[in-house]
Amino acid sequence: MIRDITLGQYYQGDSVIHRLDPRVKLVATIVYIISLFLYKNSPIVYVLGFAFLALCISLSKVPVRFILRGLKAIVILLLITALFNLLLTDGEIVFEIWKIHITKEGIENAVFIAIRLMLLIVGSSLMTLTTTPTQLTDGLEKLLRPLQKLHMPVHEVAMMMSIALRFIPILLEETDKIMKAQMARGADFESGNLIRKIKALVPLLVPLFISAFRRANDLAMAMEARCYQGGEGRTKMKPLIYRKRDAAAYLIVAAYLGIVIVAGKMLRIPLFI
Amino acid sequence: MSIILNHVNCVYGEGTNMEVHALKDINLVIPDGQFIGLIGHTGSGKSTLVQHLNGLIKATSGNVLFNGQDIYDKDFDSKMLRSKVGLVFQYPEHQLFEVDVFSDVCFGPKNLGLPRKEVEMRAYKALKMVGLEDEYFYQSPFSLSGGQKRRVAIAGVLAMEPEVLVLDEPTAGLDPKGRDEILDMVKKLQTETGITVLLVSHSMEDVAKYVDRIIVMNQGEILLDDTPKVVFKEYQKLEKVGLAAPAVVYIMAKCRENGLDVSTNVTSIDEAEEEILLALGRKDNL
Amino acid sequence: MGIVKTDQLTFEYIRRDEEGNVEGIVKAVDDVSLDVQRGEFLAILGHNGSGKSTLAKHINAILCPTEGTVWVDGKDTKDEKLLWDIRKQAGMVFQNPDNQIIGQVVEEDVGFGLENMGVPTKEIWERVEESLKAVGMFKYRKYSPNKLSGGQKQRVSIAGVLAMHPKCIVLDEPTAMLDPNGRKEVIRAIRALNDVEKITVILITHYMEEVIHADHVIVMDKGHIAMQGTPKEIFSQVDQLKALRLDVPQVTLLAYELRKKGLALPDGILTAEEFVQQLLLRKR
Repeated sequence: MIRDITLGQYYQGDSVIHRLDPRVKLVATIVYIISLFLYKNSPIVYVLGFAFLALCISLSKVPVRFILRGLKAIVILLLITALFNLLLTDGEIVFEIWKIHITKEGIENAVFIAIRLMLLIVGSSLMTLTTTPTQLTDGLEKLLRPLQKLHMPVHEVAMMMSIALRFIPILLEETDKIMKAQMARGADFESGNLIRKIKALVPLLVPLFISAFRRANDLAMAMEARCYQGGEGRTKMKPLIYRKRDAAAYLIVAAYLGIVIVAGKMLRIPLFI
Repeated sequence: MSIILNHVNCVYGEGTNMEVHALKDINLVIPDGQFIGLIGHTGSGKSTLVQHLNGLIKATSGNVLFNGQDIYDKDFDSKMLRSKVGLVFQYPEHQLFEVDVFSDVCFGPKNLGLPRKEVEMRAYKALKMVGLEDEYFYQSPFSLSGGQKRRVAIAGVLAMEPEVLVLDEPTAGLDPKGRDEILDMVKKLQTETGITVLLVSHSMEDVAKYVDRIIVMNQGEILLDDTPKVVFKEYQKLEKVGLAAPAVVYIMAKCRENGLDVSTNVTSIDEAEEEILLALGRKDNL
Repeated sequence: MGIVKTDQLTFEYIRRDEEGNVEGIVKAVDDVSLDVQRGEFLAILGHNGSGKSTLAKHINAILCPTEGTVWVDGKDTKDEKLLWDIRKQAGMVFQNPDNQIIGQVVEEDVGFGLENMGVPTKEIWERVEESLKAVGMFKYRKYSPNKLSGGQKQRVSIAGVLAMHPKCIVLDEPTAMLDPNGRKEVIRAIRALNDVEKITVILITHYMEEVIHADHVIVMDKGHIAMQGTPKEIFSQVDQLKALRLDVPQVTLLAYELRKKGLALPDGILTAEEFVQQLLLRKR
């Protein structure tokens, strides 16, 4: 039951997008998100954003069906956000039902926020779909390396992230197991009011914490036994090296951002003419 | 009192690319008072099967009858089922959570909504059944040794007074003496109270020593279901699915190959001893 | 001096009650002197809580002796400057397959130790390939550890240690959480380490079938060495092993029982072949 949750899924592949340096993909994703929020309600920007994303998806060879499946989980969130915008935006009233006013601005906002969020989510999930969690943490570590000079524990944080990613599925499975074991002893995790439900979690959480600490202890020992002594003096099995395609990708991303800025400034076409 | 599985199928992740057919058309009768061994390698469906018995997993199709009642009926009391079919998971000590041993064992009966007196009486009885000394009752379960923790966890299920006790590899990780102690305790419990015991195990030696009936699972199906003697006669069939008979079966087979006239229908050391002495013409030693 | 030597090694820890007051001192390891030769396969047996794991952790300098000394390849484990050197020489594999794999892909995990040692990238790849092949896990190099069986995970852990090119590998109950098939594959990999790679192996276990191939066996009880000798010598003392909460393989037990009945079989029979041969000699 609880195992159905998938986190930061990776789609095995060997496309250009898969092979790009994770730093490029991280930067591109950030640039892409910024580009979507640069101008409010500008259709041309969304058209460009959609085109750029479509290009990346087709290059990545990840089936669209697979990407859309990831969207299913957040469809409700998307609808709620759109609904709020639809109902709560003041402006020129188009029609009203009972006490609810639907305004022109409301429709505009709702449509745009939905498009924007969709592009944003598909864009960032394309990154996680084409980058392994290890590459991702490696990329982050290297991108944030300059912060190490400011005594920020960049390597440690990256190591923690990758360990967390490795142990999330294990702990989820463990949660499932303990839950079943307690249910076999008559525990009830579903009925009762909030306080009873929270109380019912004790038999689940105590064993889970104990197990997590035991695992952390074991892991620390195993890491030490294999000569782990922090980031200093470590070499990399898979070092991040920029290649020609990465430079090209940076250029393309920069060009995309440039076009969006220019287009957004020049062509402000409102939805309702 | 019996459990009947009628054409039970279980499919995980139906309709996805990760679909697994964990149980395939299982038909099984578990009558009263038997000591049954359930064997099969990892992923053969044993764990899935036992979780069907107390309703923790619902069959994709087919039905499970407990004392003649369909457990998937709308008005079936699933809490009652979980107390009647006690399930002890692998490494059960990992589920201990209370401040002291006694309160932990009380958890099960308390969940059944019994009066406090009754809860405590059952906990006391259960702890005595698993052979834990009184001096440990008010200690933290985490200060006990591995074998003791496991006893406490088993007592936690026994305190619900189940009619069927299912143990999923109760001896995993214990040393040889610890393994024998736990299994002897289970056997004693079974003979004294007459409850049904289903023992999931990887150890053929253990199974051969204790049970009346063996069910062998392979790839979600029941491969063999008979007395230990009959099952272990088919040791070649067992090997094909990555299992093996107890070592003594192979020793006897080897004796026969080399011209010693012994019966190979042997599953214990005592029987083997007798057969060999007879074959060597040393009946007088018996 | 052998590759691992201990001299009157004692390790104590203080037991405290729930309020943190000292309840007593427990000697987990008590006056253990060992000398393990290069290329030897040493098995350490003992029931749960006999001190065998505590002893093992000293060889990798995870624990430091309270009294006495441990040398690994001639280096005293008390010397902190030598700590990382010692850990390179003596690798360690632990019991729980899930709690010692750090990488999210098999090959990355095997490379972890090498990264820590500062080995150049190209060499890391060569060594990872070589050690994954040695344990028969090369074709799984791109897999996520979560998709592997317990036995496969343990083989990955062994490869991770092997890649560091240690002189000695200590395995602390590597098969305790595995099913019989997983146990077999791990034992096969361990024997290959010793036979093919000529690495000194110290295997800690309570499965008796796993020590049959060892050169030397030590049985621990209450922190000290209760018995030692070749597997044959150890397994001929059935009663003493039982008193130490251990047992013997079924064939050894059967021969022992027959001897009690007056059949003149030799001590410490370990295989069915040997057993049958001996029986045939006594056929009338």
